[in-house]
Amino acid sequence: MSAERKTMTINMGPQHPSTHGVLRVVLELDGEQVVNAQPHIGYLHTGIEKTMENKLYYKVIPCTDRMDYLAPMSNNLGYCLAVEKLMGIEVPEKVKWARVCLAELTRIKSHLVWLGTHSIDLGAMTMLLYTFRERESIVDIYEACGGQRMMTTYIRIGGLSKDLPPDFDKLVRKVLETIPSHLRDYEDMLTNNEIFINRTRGVAVISADDAVNYSLTGPMLRGSGVNYDVRKANPYSGYENFDFDIPLGKNGDAYDRYKIRLAEIRQSLRIIQQAIDGMPEGPYRAHVPGVVLPPKEDVLYKMESMIFHFKIITEGFKAPFGAVYQAIESPKGELGYYISSDGSNKPHRVRVRPPSFVNLAVLPKLVEGALFSDVVCAIGSIDIVLGEVDR
Amino acid sequence: MKEIAKALGDVFIQMPKGLLVTFKHLFKKPVTLDYPRKKKPMTPRYRGLHYLERYDDGSERCVCCGLCAAACPADAIYMEPEENEHGERRAKVYEINLLRCIFCGFCEEACPEEAIFLGHEYEFSNDNRNSFIYTKGQMLVPHPRKDKPFKRIYRRIRKVYGVTDKPK
Repeated sequence: MSAERKTMTINMGPQHPSTHGVLRVVLELDGEQVVNAQPHIGYLHTGIEKTMENKLYYKVIPCTDRMDYLAPMSNNLGYCLAVEKLMGIEVPEKVKWARVCLAELTRIKSHLVWLGTHSIDLGAMTMLLYTFRERESIVDIYEACGGQRMMTTYIRIGGLSKDLPPDFDKLVRKVLETIPSHLRDYEDMLTNNEIFINRTRGVAVISADDAVNYSLTGPMLRGSGVNYDVRKANPYSGYENFDFDIPLGKNGDAYDRYKIRLAEIRQSLRIIQQAIDGMPEGPYRAHVPGVVLPPKEDVLYKMESMIFHFKIITEGFKAPFGAVYQAIESPKGELGYYISSDGSNKPHRVRVRPPSFVNLAVLPKLVEGALFSDVVCAIGSIDIVLGEVDR
Repeated sequence: MKEIAKALGDVFIQMPKGLLVTFKHLFKKPVTLDYPRKKKPMTPRYRGLHYLERYDDGSERCVCCGLCAAACPADAIYMEPEENEHGERRAKVYEINLLRCIFCGFCEEACPEEAIFLGHEYEFSNDNRNSFIYTKGQMLVPHPRKDKPFKRIYRRIRKVYGVTDKPK
């Protein structure tokens, strides 16, 4: 008896544990095969972009922490670079190197969390505990620098909020020593693991053309073999001084993306090694009176610094009329800030180009015709943070 | 034949390799802490519960200039000024709504009198919303203080300038 094909619509999320937050996917299933998948977003929408319009330029920085909460330093860096571009501020050399070092630590931290959660989605339970142990050492560096473990607010317009801590060098070198051996452990557990390979190889495939057409960035794009990285294409914050490679995949499946992220951790370690070896001496803030806060020790003893301190904190600074776009390579892809200024002390409009949001749009394409259990793998391999998707 | 060799390799080499990693951790020192009994020491710059400093003679440092309230991105600070018996300005009301506070540390950075600091206290949960509005009396450090003045000054320097690690 040939009846017409019946499909079933089911709801995955927003409370499903492997949707990494509050993502809801409406799946149309034919038996166990996915016919259509529709991601529904907005459950974590907090109106951050609108909030930014009502704040002085320097007060926006805590908002940026709260978008991609797994990579706060990258978000701070992107925003601060955009405002510095708007204001035409040149930061000291030490600030650039410190920022690169912190941004790469952030990349490692974000990838470690991704590795843990992605493998727990696929059934490798112990990985999460191991990756969070290594993440802890990086979070400790954050705490020593800015005083907070997740919402650091450490990178500021024109420099850093405080000087690098005295034991920064020691802490970072400890991370550089320990992480490579742990990475070998992860590879022992996953790279040649038959179960992991069966769950990821040939799953959630995206071709290079499709990846470009969907404007994917980050490991999603490089997994398909397209060589594009903002750090190489449009160097910012002194990345042109560093020597590193861009790992590329071939097949564009979840397994390639896993290998790329592991390779990226290794490249980040290389960059951190160079940054920590060649960290120049100098001030931790640019000297731009009226725009960048003077150092606190000056405020307490110098009249002029005190006046600027009061002026900046109470009424901020006026930005010139115009608009800027600044993109950085966040752990998830190209993170861009578009700031439009109307000449007042608050941004007229801040538009964020979040990598997770753009990458999530490819989900229907990834899971078309796949099995139901592969949806979990596909969502995991995109590496989304719902705080950034919904903003 | 090749497939059988691969399957044997998976079962006898690759899988035990992964299991060995887990097995090795049985003999390693645990990285977790027995939390309520043992606590992790916070770094000098840690941003926890606020406190208001005093001068050594016990008078308040805060002059109620309002710079911390102006710097606060979450609008969590409320204050009203008054004059004390010597005609000096000080805060009559100084309240921080900890439910709004995001512990960004902007108030500490803004304060020109070095009066407000974010301390190392992080266990202040409560079951009542009203008790999260901390008043001046709750945040002022007790006078006379128990710790030695040298230590206190040192801590302040460490906190503000982030200069050094430990007193030698």
